[in-house]
Amino acid sequence: MGSHRHSDRRQFLTESAALAGLAVAAVQTADAQTPQTPQSPVRLKDNLAYGQPSPFDNTVRRATGAGTPITDTALTTPLQDLDGIITPSGLHFLMDHVNGIPDIDPQKHRLLMHGMVERPLSFTIDELRRFPSVSNVYFLECNANSRPLRGPNGDSVQLVHGRTSCSEWTGVLLSVLLKECGVKADASWIVAEGGESNKYTMSIPLEKCLDDTLVAYAQNGEPVRPHNGYPLRLVVPGWEAIRAVKWLNRIAVVDRPAMAWHEAGNNADTNSEGKALGFRFALGPKSVITRPSGGQRLPGRGFYEITGLAWSGGGAVRKVDVSTDGGRTYKDAQLQQPVLPYAHTRFRFAWEWNGEEAVLQSRCTDERGEVQPTIAEAATILGVTPEYFLQADHFNGIQPWKINRDGGIQSALF
Amino acid sequence: MRCSRLLSSAIVLALSANAFAQGPTYRLGTTPSEEEIKARDTAVSPLGKELPPGSGTVSQGSTVYAQKCVACHGPNGTGTRLHRGLIPLGNAKPVKIDGSLVPYATTVWDFINRAMPSTRPGTLTPNEVYAATAFVLFLNGIIQETDVLDQMTLPQIRMPNRDNFVSVEIGLKPGERRPLGHYP
Repeated sequence: MGSHRHSDRRQFLTESAALAGLAVAAVQTADAQTPQTPQSPVRLKDNLAYGQPSPFDNTVRRATGAGTPITDTALTTPLQDLDGIITPSGLHFLMDHVNGIPDIDPQKHRLLMHGMVERPLSFTIDELRRFPSVSNVYFLECNANSRPLRGPNGDSVQLVHGRTSCSEWTGVLLSVLLKECGVKADASWIVAEGGESNKYTMSIPLEKCLDDTLVAYAQNGEPVRPHNGYPLRLVVPGWEAIRAVKWLNRIAVVDRPAMAWHEAGNNADTNSEGKALGFRFALGPKSVITRPSGGQRLPGRGFYEITGLAWSGGGAVRKVDVSTDGGRTYKDAQLQQPVLPYAHTRFRFAWEWNGEEAVLQSRCTDERGEVQPTIAEAATILGVTPEYFLQADHFNGIQPWKINRDGGIQSALF
Repeated sequence: MRCSRLLSSAIVLALSANAFAQGPTYRLGTTPSEEEIKARDTAVSPLGKELPPGSGTVSQGSTVYAQKCVACHGPNGTGTRLHRGLIPLGNAKPVKIDGSLVPYATTVWDFINRAMPSTRPGTLTPNEVYAATAFVLFLNGIIQETDVLDQMTLPQIRMPNRDNFVSVEIGLKPGERRPLGHYP
């Protein structure tokens, strides 16, 4: 169990990325090699200045399509290889709508806040760091996460569900900044814009901005990583991560949504009546067993700890049930503390495999009482067939993993 | 405990008394000039009142397209292997295809203006953006070949999906049940 399909090492990938064009071939060559101790003195020095994983650790982000080269547009978090609830910053997923990750000089970066406010204001990063700060653990999940059967290898946790990650975010509450600006009485939305070349834009209702929305400058104790929005990122707890504008550059306070391209043209699901379901914000309750999971292999019968992650845009996870018989019966899983609102929650379930076929699946219930649906139940809610979810977003259906007699594991969703 | 509870009540009261219209607390940050705001705010909302002067026709847009768009979007706007097509932009019936749901023509103008061409976003002149928008809307059968787009005409275009949006969660309060949630 837990066998890795690729033995490419993170460090090797970093170097391959520098050798643009050679990356794919180089990684494939590396597959056949056994890990070796780094020999370059430069590499050793780098390892000491900023600690690196063991060369024997092959936990890496992966591109979403089989055979797709590592690019800076769509990389998934290796949830099956991780423990606890915090995603290491270097493994945070990446889904971009830009032409590459911008290099933003924090000394030159200014957050501009204007529009329907008494006092337009411009903030440097240093000024933002002088405000009272808060740190909270929040997941960010792409609304396209968990779309089933992504490509030929789309049956692994990472490729299907790896567009969610969980970090401790530190920054200043957007409500504090809005108060400094003095929001006018008839304002009802903000429009947030990124500082990348094509200025990605999203609209967010003012109520959420005055609640828990965070202007984050730190992630897991250090500055937000470039691929996550350095030097500033909006974090909108529990909501689809397309709202969490990276490289946050400008906030306009307005009285209607911008209907910007990525919120109007894309990212809306459709229902059976031919209507586009716009502005779906809070993500539904979801859970997935990360071990044992698709693409892994159980070495033999005996004891296994089933473990996985649960989360919800509805707040904290109230409970997780696990079934080992394809959903006929469920039992409570143990929730690992801390169980935090809008954060990944780790669950565990002791299991003895008797060597026969089994279907493992988990079901999340959040503090609001909303329950993670089966794919059939999710289809009923929208009035569609299950195949609809092959293309749709916001799918939070239960993920069944089928254990074969030989220990092989694959998705049993369809 | 009692003190802190009183204090929280006071804060809640202060907030509910429209404290957001009151003076600043921390006095950090600087006041941007009108020019800075104008230079950085290029967004165009559905009402289109932020649209700059200028105009463009389908024929002019065809020229802009041939120069600056065709490499990625293909000769007929249907895209290439690596890049998206510009059709369909506003199907009669919404389907889950990028761009097919756009409810306002201002959205198209704004996105071309801010993000295109993808190799040099933000370099098109207002006239070029009006023209490219006109060409794309014409390809999709939304405007006529003789139509001219400008500050006045663009916001009046009725996109096929204008009335096909159901805004599911606007106004949803924390703790409330989601309309599409599963509550067995």
